[in-house]
Amino acid sequence: MEAHAEHAHHHHHEHVDVNPAEWTDGKRYAWLLGIVVPLSPFFAWFYWSLTGVGAFWFIGPVLVFVIFPLLDMAIGMDSTNPPDSVLKFLEQDRYYRWCTYVFIPIQYGGLVFACWMWSNGDLNVVESIGLALTMGVVGGIAINTAHELGHKRASSEKWLSRVALAQTGYGHFFIEHNRGHHVKVATPEDPASSRLGESFWAFLPRTVIGSLRSAWGIETTRLDRLDERHFSRHNDLITAWAMTVVLFGGLALVFGPVVLPYLLVQAVIGFSLLEVVNYLEHYGLLRQKREDGRYERCLPEHSWNSNNVASNVLLYHLQRHSDHHANPTRRYQALRHVNEAPQLPTGYAGMIVLAWFPPLWRRVMDPRLLAHYDGDVTRANIQPRKLGRVLERHGRPA
Amino acid sequence: MSSWYCTSCGYVYNEEAGHPREGFPPGTAFADVPDDWPCPDCGVRDKVDFEPVVVDA
Repeated sequence: MEAHAEHAHHHHHEHVDVNPAEWTDGKRYAWLLGIVVPLSPFFAWFYWSLTGVGAFWFIGPVLVFVIFPLLDMAIGMDSTNPPDSVLKFLEQDRYYRWCTYVFIPIQYGGLVFACWMWSNGDLNVVESIGLALTMGVVGGIAINTAHELGHKRASSEKWLSRVALAQTGYGHFFIEHNRGHHVKVATPEDPASSRLGESFWAFLPRTVIGSLRSAWGIETTRLDRLDERHFSRHNDLITAWAMTVVLFGGLALVFGPVVLPYLLVQAVIGFSLLEVVNYLEHYGLLRQKREDGRYERCLPEHSWNSNNVASNVLLYHLQRHSDHHANPTRRYQALRHVNEAPQLPTGYAGMIVLAWFPPLWRRVMDPRLLAHYDGDVTRANIQPRKLGRVLERHGRPA
Repeated sequence: MSSWYCTSCGYVYNEEAGHPREGFPPGTAFADVPDDWPCPDCGVRDKVDFEPVVVDA
């Protein structure tokens, strides 16, 4: 007896009959640049030792919020896709996985190094804060690495995902993102989908608190089915957060309690960096409700994309976000540009900076969103508190 | 015992195996899985979107 499922392509023993020589991956070695960010505290130390200039401790935010936006503008876009025939070959090439695995030891090597600098490194307070911001950026980018790993079916990769999240205390992300955000994306029910008329600063507390509550709901529903207590070692949220407690506690024991405030600052910076990326991924986009009360399936038109090369290499193709939502388990190297997807004016790195300044954000993004909906603002996901004002400004006369 | 697959990613729910981690012990009928249970691998489609796996003798 043999079972067939037309789409059951994850039952690993499929024969791959693609000639890989037909196509070469232009980004293959560029993915190694992903370790530039976790290496940044070491770069900071190197240039600070060499020059004595304390400003080098701020290298992390400068790299992601200044250098990468400029690189996006200088290098430009690449919308080329691997042909469908090589997708499977590309996905099974283990080289690409190792590019993400290697991030994690460097991430934690950097965190231990930072704690040593905070406690014994002869830094003044401003330099220590600079290092905390740099570690926050590393922690935020580490959530992106955790995101790539957390979508995979292998339990080893799911575990690595949780390890990468421990630095920011965001262990609930791998549950909420996969089982909450991906299910509810681009609907008013999703805490991590931002709305037209909602500034990043209004979105930040809503998504942080809403995602936490949603994760707890998803996990306790699972525990109820298993007839397990909510507060137990079976609760994946509690075990994930325990990793952070053990990590921070261990670092404080070894290096002294002086490291704790810096660890807290870098964690907040780190998860805020993730949340600003959440803000720009689905701004104002809305799945329509069908007649049976369910939302239409998530389509390419429900995510903002960008083909800017520098940000795409930094974030493991996260900006090919429509394909990611269509195929969440697809590995980053095989994600494709989709023509129907709405495009951002620049890469995620530059859009992050724009999101911090709501009037600028609205000026750039609201017309794009409106154009995406052919001028019909009622098709957008609108912040309820701002509904009157949004309709007044953008609504068509009845 | 039969199986259903996710039309998005190909995940297969097999009644014999169930999905113990999700709280469906081996032998849990697909009919007893809640309608709003999303695919545990991709989250793109819900239980009601799953299709039966065709079995050849």
